[in-house]
Amino acid sequence: MTDSVQTFATRLSQRFGGVLTDCHVAYGQVTAELPPERLLEVCQALRDEEEFSFEQLSDVCGVDYIDYGRADWETEGTTNTGFSRGVSEGVFHSDAVVVKSRFAAVYHLLSLKHNKRLRLRCRIETDPPQIDSVINIWASANWFEREAFDLFGILFTGHPDLRRILTDYGFIGHPFRKDFPLEGNVEVRYDPAKQRVVYQPVTIKNRVLVPKVIRDVKREA
Amino acid sequence: MPEIRNMTMNFGPQHPAAHGVLRLVLEMDGEVIERADPHIGLLHRATEKLAESKPYNQSIGYMDRLDYVSMMCNEHAYVRAIEILLGVTPPIRAQYIRVMFSEITRILNHLMWLGTHGLDIGAMTVFLYCFREREDLLDCYEAVSGTRMHATYFRPGGVYRDLPDSMPRYLPSRWHNEEEVKRLNENRQGSLLDFIENFTERFPVCVDEYETLLTDNRIWKQRTVNIGVVSPERALQLGFTGPMLRGSGIAWDLRKKQPYEVYDKLDFDIPIGTNGDCYDRYLVRVEEMRQSNRIIKQCVDWLRKNPGPVIIDDHKLVPPRREEMKDDMESLIHHFKLFTEGYCVPEGEVYSAVEHPKGEFGIYLISDGANKPYRVKIRAAGFVHLSAIDEMVKGHMLADVVAVIGTQDIVFGEIDR
Repeated sequence: MTDSVQTFATRLSQRFGGVLTDCHVAYGQVTAELPPERLLEVCQALRDEEEFSFEQLSDVCGVDYIDYGRADWETEGTTNTGFSRGVSEGVFHSDAVVVKSRFAAVYHLLSLKHNKRLRLRCRIETDPPQIDSVINIWASANWFEREAFDLFGILFTGHPDLRRILTDYGFIGHPFRKDFPLEGNVEVRYDPAKQRVVYQPVTIKNRVLVPKVIRDVKREA
Repeated sequence: MPEIRNMTMNFGPQHPAAHGVLRLVLEMDGEVIERADPHIGLLHRATEKLAESKPYNQSIGYMDRLDYVSMMCNEHAYVRAIEILLGVTPPIRAQYIRVMFSEITRILNHLMWLGTHGLDIGAMTVFLYCFREREDLLDCYEAVSGTRMHATYFRPGGVYRDLPDSMPRYLPSRWHNEEEVKRLNENRQGSLLDFIENFTERFPVCVDEYETLLTDNRIWKQRTVNIGVVSPERALQLGFTGPMLRGSGIAWDLRKKQPYEVYDKLDFDIPIGTNGDCYDRYLVRVEEMRQSNRIIKQCVDWLRKNPGPVIIDDHKLVPPRREEMKDDMESLIHHFKLFTEGYCVPEGEVYSAVEHPKGEFGIYLISDGANKPYRVKIRAAGFVHLSAIDEMVKGHMLADVVAVIGTQDIVFGEIDR
C-alpha cells in the first residue's frame, strides 16, 4: 500500500512537473500544492486522464493560516507575559513556521477506479482571496465552495450561485477566519417591547480555559 | 384568459417531513417542481470552530452531536484522524469493539431512517416496529458508556472502557409490575455480550417483519419506485457516497475498499441497487442492516474468546486509572497534565474517512503541533446529498419531495454542523 502511494506521488509529480510546487506523501496520503492559476487545467486532467481518473470530489475546504504555529503560552524559555492564566492569546510564535499566504483552498479527490485519494492545496495570495471554481469539473463543488465562501470569504470565480449557505440571512463577516471572535459579534434576543427579535452586540465574553501550547513531543514509536 | 405564473412555495423549516430544520423554497408549476432551493444552516453551531478552541479530547463529544442518530461513527472518524497523526494503533480488542459498535450504530441509523421515511410517505406502523429494536440498541449504548445517545466512548488509543459484565435491568415501577419486569429482564441476565448476541439472533426476524410491511406493499412501491432516479455517472459527479451511491449500482464501500480497524477480517457483503431510485436505496439499506447484524455476530464471537486491553497503555494520551493516581506520583502528574492541557499532536495534516451509515464521513485535521487542532473540517455525507436535491426532485410532484428527503437520510446535525 505505502509503495503504491509513493509510486503514485512520483507519477503525479512527473506528469505535472512544472505545475506542482510540492508533492509529498505523509501518513500514507498524497498532498500536492499548486498555484491557483493552474488549478482548472490540473483538475481537468486529473479527472479525465485514464491513469488518474479522479471521478469524485470528496471535499473542498478553506483554511486560514494566519495563526499557524502561534501559541498562548511559552513552553521552552522564560518569559514575563502570558504565564498567569494563559489569556494572552497567540503571543508566542515559533520562528520555524513561516506562513507564506494567509488563505488556502484544499481539495480532496477520490478515484474509485484506482482506489486512490489525493489532496490538492492552493495557497491564495490575492486580497480578497480569489480562486477559480471547479464546479464545471465536479458538480459536488457547488455547496462546498459556497461554504468556503461563507465561512472564509474565499471568492470562487465562475461559481454560478455564490451565496452564503450556513450563516444567518444578512450575516456580516466570515466566521471561520481566525480573527473572527469565537463568541461572534452580534446576538439575537426577543424584545417584548418591540415584539420582535432584535440583534445586539454580544454580551458574553470568551474565556480561554485551556491555553494553546505547542510542545515538541518526541513520542516513542 | 388569466395570467398563469409559477408559484413559489416555502417548505419548512418547521415541517414534520423536513427531518429537522430544512427550509426548502420550491418553485412550482402547478404541482410539479421546477426548482428546489434548500436553505440550510438553521442548526449551524460552528462545531469546527469550537473544536479549534479546545484540546483534542474535549471535542469528541461534539462529534456525537453532528449526526445525532449515528453517534459513534462520527467519533470514529475524528478519533482515527488523531490516532493517525499521533501514530498510535488501538489494541485489537478495542478495534473489534469499535467495529461492533459502528455496526450497532449503522443499524440504529437505518432503523431511524426506515421508521421516519415510512412515516413521511404514509406508513405509520413500521415506525413503531423500528423503535422497538432501537430501544435495545440504545440500551447497549447506555450499558457501555452511560448515555443513550452522546456516548463519547471512542477515545484516541482505544475505547473508554471494556464491555460491562452485567446488563442494566428494569426495576418495578408504577408502569411495570414485578411480572412485567421479569419478562423485560429475561434477556438481561447475562453480560452485555449475551444481550447483543440475543439481539443478533432475533433481529433478522424483525427485518423480515419490516419487509413484510413494505417491500411488496403496493402503496410503498407507488411512492418509491422510479422516484428520484440518479444514474451512476451523475451519482459520482454529485459526490454521492454510501447507500446513495450503492443504490445507483456502484459497489463502493470504504469498509471493503479501504478497510480500517478489523473490517478486512470480517465476512460481509455489499448490497447494491440497479435502478438508482428510492426503492432500490430502500432495499440496499435494509440489506445493510442484515449484513451489519452478521458483522456484529462475528465480533461478539471474537470478543468472547479474546479478553485483553481496550486502550493503549500510554499515560501521555490516556488518563491513568483512579486507583493508580492515589499512590503514584507520576500517575497524578499525568492526570493533571492531561486534564489541564491535553496532549500535543505532531504537526501535520490528515484526512480520515469512515463508512458512516449515511455515506463517507471524513475528518480533515490540520495540526500545528499544539494541544488543540488548528483546523478541523468535517466532510458530512448528508451535506453533499442534500446539495443534489434540486436535481433529484426536478419534474416530480410536491409529494415526492418528501420521499426524496426521506431517501437521502438527511440529519441536520451533520449538514449544518
